[in-house]
Amino acid sequence: MKTLSENLQIDPAVAHRILVEFIHDEICRTGLSRAVIALSGGIDSALSCALAAEALGPQNVLAICMPYATSTPASLADARLVIQQTGVQSETFEITEMVKPLIDGLPPNQQKRAGNAMARARMIVLYDRSAGFNGLVVGTGNKTELLLGYTTLFGDSASAINPLGDLYKTQLRQLARHMQLPAPVQQKAPSADLWIGQTDETELGFTYERVDQLLYLLVDQRYQPDECITAGFEPEFVRQVIEQIRRNQFKRMLPTIAKLSNRTIGYDFLYLRDWGT
Amino acid sequence: MTTLTLGLAQIKTKLGDVAANLDRHLEYIERAASQGVQLLVFPELSLSGYALLDLAPTAARKPVAGDPTFGPLLEASRRMDLVVGFVDEDVRHRFYISAAYLSQGETVHVHHKVYLPTYGLFDEGRFFAWGDSIRAFDTRWGRVGVLICEDFWHASPPYLLWIDGADLMLFCSASPGRGLGQSDKLESAWWVEHVNRAYASLFTAFVAHSNRVGFEDGLHFWGGSTVFDPNGELVVQGPYQEESLVVSQLDLGQVRRTRTRLPLLRDERHALTRREIERITAGDDGARDKG
Repeated sequence: MKTLSENLQIDPAVAHRILVEFIHDEICRTGLSRAVIALSGGIDSALSCALAAEALGPQNVLAICMPYATSTPASLADARLVIQQTGVQSETFEITEMVKPLIDGLPPNQQKRAGNAMARARMIVLYDRSAGFNGLVVGTGNKTELLLGYTTLFGDSASAINPLGDLYKTQLRQLARHMQLPAPVQQKAPSADLWIGQTDETELGFTYERVDQLLYLLVDQRYQPDECITAGFEPEFVRQVIEQIRRNQFKRMLPTIAKLSNRTIGYDFLYLRDWGT
Repeated sequence: MTTLTLGLAQIKTKLGDVAANLDRHLEYIERAASQGVQLLVFPELSLSGYALLDLAPTAARKPVAGDPTFGPLLEASRRMDLVVGFVDEDVRHRFYISAAYLSQGETVHVHHKVYLPTYGLFDEGRFFAWGDSIRAFDTRWGRVGVLICEDFWHASPPYLLWIDGADLMLFCSASPGRGLGQSDKLESAWWVEHVNRAYASLFTAFVAHSNRVGFEDGLHFWGGSTVFDPNGELVVQGPYQEESLVVSQLDLGQVRRTRTRLPLLRDERHALTRREIERITAGDDGARDKG
């Protein structure tokens, strides 16, 4: 029987091959052949960037670094390592002037609102640049953060396609190692870098390693809560994670439409995004 | 005939664009002809694409000479026998995931997919009707059976084809890859290859599987088409995820050699099977017998 951490082991070469083809296929079938990616210096965007570069050719990928005044300088330095390694095109666009008026007008201690505003400003830049570069926005959200809702609605979760959305953070690390991403990118503590000293795991209150082990049982293996407790997780932790998944379902859906007609978008008007391609 | 040059057309398709897919079929038929292929098997819904959803009715075509899609295919079937995947519409306007066996300008057999997965990522039962029969049919290489994807995820359809005389089983799939783990193979590939080998072994028959490739939204179809022989040995396997014309020479004499050594067919007692099924399902209020 596999251990909890063995459950999360993947063959990264298999994922690598499928994801490169996914990016190439899903972009090129639209008639476009380029990608735009928000490159933060973190492991997720570094992976998206590297995969896109391989799928489309580095000259067809535009990595955009979008620091805010309070962003850690190390983030930008790490992003530059990725740009160097992959050979992608790049731009640095500081978002401070875009959001400062909004953030300055907030009441004190509204870090979350300020953080969300920054994430949404980055989305604006990304989508504008995608029009200019004639490419699609490739997302960087992983399965852990999507399930827990650790994203900004219409912010970092906005993209055309998302190659990493079915990989847990723990699995992304294996893929990053396999693809030999720069060591500082692989090793540092994950952070949205929305305020000084922020780290994901401090904010979440648990480690990615532990929550991924639980999410794998709950989601992938469809374990009941009591089965998770038998597997060794604290009841309160199980309850908290289940509730967090449930509470954040709205971030994974289209806005709710009230059904009135016999055929309603989101209910019985059913076509794939890839319709006709 | 003692040998068969079999081709598996492991293709991508354009979702809902039957005309474009027809062109791809004709292209592969040309390629297959140049390699001496005598029977070319296309994957599930090869003429329409798989995740049709509300496109299903618009993708329906009729397997007759007058149909603009089947006309050229029936003509091409004078060069080699063909199995093609399509949406069939019956006279009462029910739509079926179907496969047609075409030979010498005739539609020899149409199979309607019986088992429609409607769970997890699958939603076939929402858009299609369930097929109602499992039949083997005659070809110049003997009796053949055709099944579509989920049909062979149940043991009963291959078993029925075997009892109905099929010594060559042709499985057509649009199987989405899933189950990433430590293995260098996705779980879906492992599972399908495992059962294909088991059917070939248990029924001492040739079992060929034609699976498509390409993406529809985030679903990728993994290819890896296979042929297993009556000993359960792998004859050929196509690459994962790449378009390919997978060609192999089947020594049909292997059926006789295997069954001489291992007469599972000879010893099979289908009357007993029928009696026991009747006993097990007798007096049911219908709950167990889905009929």
